[in-house]
Amino acid sequence: LSSYVSATDADQREMLEAIGAGSIDELFASIPPSLRLETNGLSPGRSEQEVYNELRALAARNASTEDELSFLGGGMYDHYVPALIDSIISRSEFLTPYTPYQPEISQGGLQAMFEYQTAICELTGLDVSNASVYEGPSAVAAAAYVAKLHHGRARLVVSEGVHPHSRETLRTLAHPWGMEVVEAPLREGITSFEGLDADVSAVIVQQPNFLGAVEDLASLAGAARAAGALTICACDPLPLALLKAPGECGVDIAVGEGQTLGNRLDFGGPSFGFFASTAELMRRLPGRIAGQTRDADDRRGFVLTLQTREQHIRREKATSNICTAQALNALAGVIYLSWLGRRGIVELAELMLQRTAYARERLSGLDGVSLLHEQPVVREFAVRLDAPVDRVIDRCLADGVNPGLSLGPLGYEEGLLVAITEQRTAVDIDRLADVLGAAVAAERSAVVTWPNSGAVSGTQGAEL
Amino acid sequence: VAQASYPEELIYHSEHDWARVDGDQATFGITWYAQDQLGEVVFFDPPKVGATVSKDQPYAEVESVKAVSDVIAPLSGEIVSVNETLSDKPESINDDPYGEGWLVRVKLSDPSETESLMDASSYEATLS
Repeated sequence: LSSYVSATDADQREMLEAIGAGSIDELFASIPPSLRLETNGLSPGRSEQEVYNELRALAARNASTEDELSFLGGGMYDHYVPALIDSIISRSEFLTPYTPYQPEISQGGLQAMFEYQTAICELTGLDVSNASVYEGPSAVAAAAYVAKLHHGRARLVVSEGVHPHSRETLRTLAHPWGMEVVEAPLREGITSFEGLDADVSAVIVQQPNFLGAVEDLASLAGAARAAGALTICACDPLPLALLKAPGECGVDIAVGEGQTLGNRLDFGGPSFGFFASTAELMRRLPGRIAGQTRDADDRRGFVLTLQTREQHIRREKATSNICTAQALNALAGVIYLSWLGRRGIVELAELMLQRTAYARERLSGLDGVSLLHEQPVVREFAVRLDAPVDRVIDRCLADGVNPGLSLGPLGYEEGLLVAITEQRTAVDIDRLADVLGAAVAAERSAVVTWPNSGAVSGTQGAEL
Repeated sequence: VAQASYPEELIYHSEHDWARVDGDQATFGITWYAQDQLGEVVFFDPPKVGATVSKDQPYAEVESVKAVSDVIAPLSGEIVSVNETLSDKPESINDDPYGEGWLVRVKLSDPSETESLMDASSYEATLS
């Protein structure tokens, strides 16, 4: 029976009679009172309508990027998602199936995977892509595991420019592999490696890095290669339309968060991760790879061509178990890329580049705001504030502007990380500059003039 | 090879491996029965030259269209060469398991271990 159909009083009486118990209390008499669920403190049951209204009120306390002017980024970004995507991924052939254990029967699904892989290979400049993994941070850790499989070296060197969540995931997973994770510092906003030696399995960098700076991937990969280590790069896929492809810079494995490709923010997920490598590492890839072939009648067809680490191939020795989960999100990714097209993705990236440059110039021109680094950026940049960052953010939020992400709590120098997408216009950026400038000025005057200024509120005075 | 065959000059391990002993070295491979059970072999993942292998322990993997399987060392020693041609033609393991489909050549560390292996007729008797 469904949980919507409860046992009536008559049903309960009938069941109690059948087993010879006089009441519900008698039925549970053998359970000591101290172990029973104390229900007296709970509110009585409420109607569905009441519960709906309460949950709706709770949900209304969330702010979405459609309600406030948001410059939040830091790994997930507010890009426009065309209606086309929902229209296609909602088709039941894509929406409902579990991973088929006779995959070749789902030619459409395999073709979508194949086209997705092709798009990822073109973006990353690498030979092989798998059919997607769960999300960005676990993709970084999975890439490190490929390095471990490739040569048994014990140390991973990860740049501080890699997303803090990815580094945390990496440390969590690498520890039981018996691998040591060492962090390489950022100097003037970009990664600097020193003393790479023959114990280093892989170096892990991010492009652009967490502070928005474009890394010199070719020279980082060159340093890794000289030490015999692999280079793993976590990439933001849209800036890759303008930047030199990781594969052309000597990167061995490119991974990343796929949210920006046609997936909404959705409170942090689900999204997907992408994973591409050189042909040399092909057999070490986690998950599945779809391939194109010809059938017995010489017709074009698709197969799952390689899945070397999965449980149905390796049984108890499996080292990867990527299931259905993100295939639909990856499908949204390939639809988005097809919708943009070769020219569209470049135009989108150029638009972000121009607006980010404008925003960086506007913000760094404000009193009490300066650039945290001066490296080239594409879609995101970091500034220092001459005022407490969290208070400045609160002031901006009160004016309906979310100015960006506070960097201090993530282990960086205190500052603000500001992200720009095609959804933020020049007018929006001007508004950000006005609101941020006013907020910084207000906090600076609050710090400087208190307690003599009557302009400071009692709350702030008390905290000072 | 369509027909089962178990050459007399080889010695056999119960995990369906053969060894061709030649002085203090031996060549290893998998038997006709093993390749038949695996089906079409698509990849051989060899050990590194210089690696140590121990009798009864896995030293390499073969991947068929059905599954990845360990290859068990019939004898102990050190890898002196691996069959490089298998990277392009892994199907040699199916087509010619005792010839072109050999896997590795090993310098034996304990030649007396050969005494515990089976001859062709004893091995073939275990298959029925």
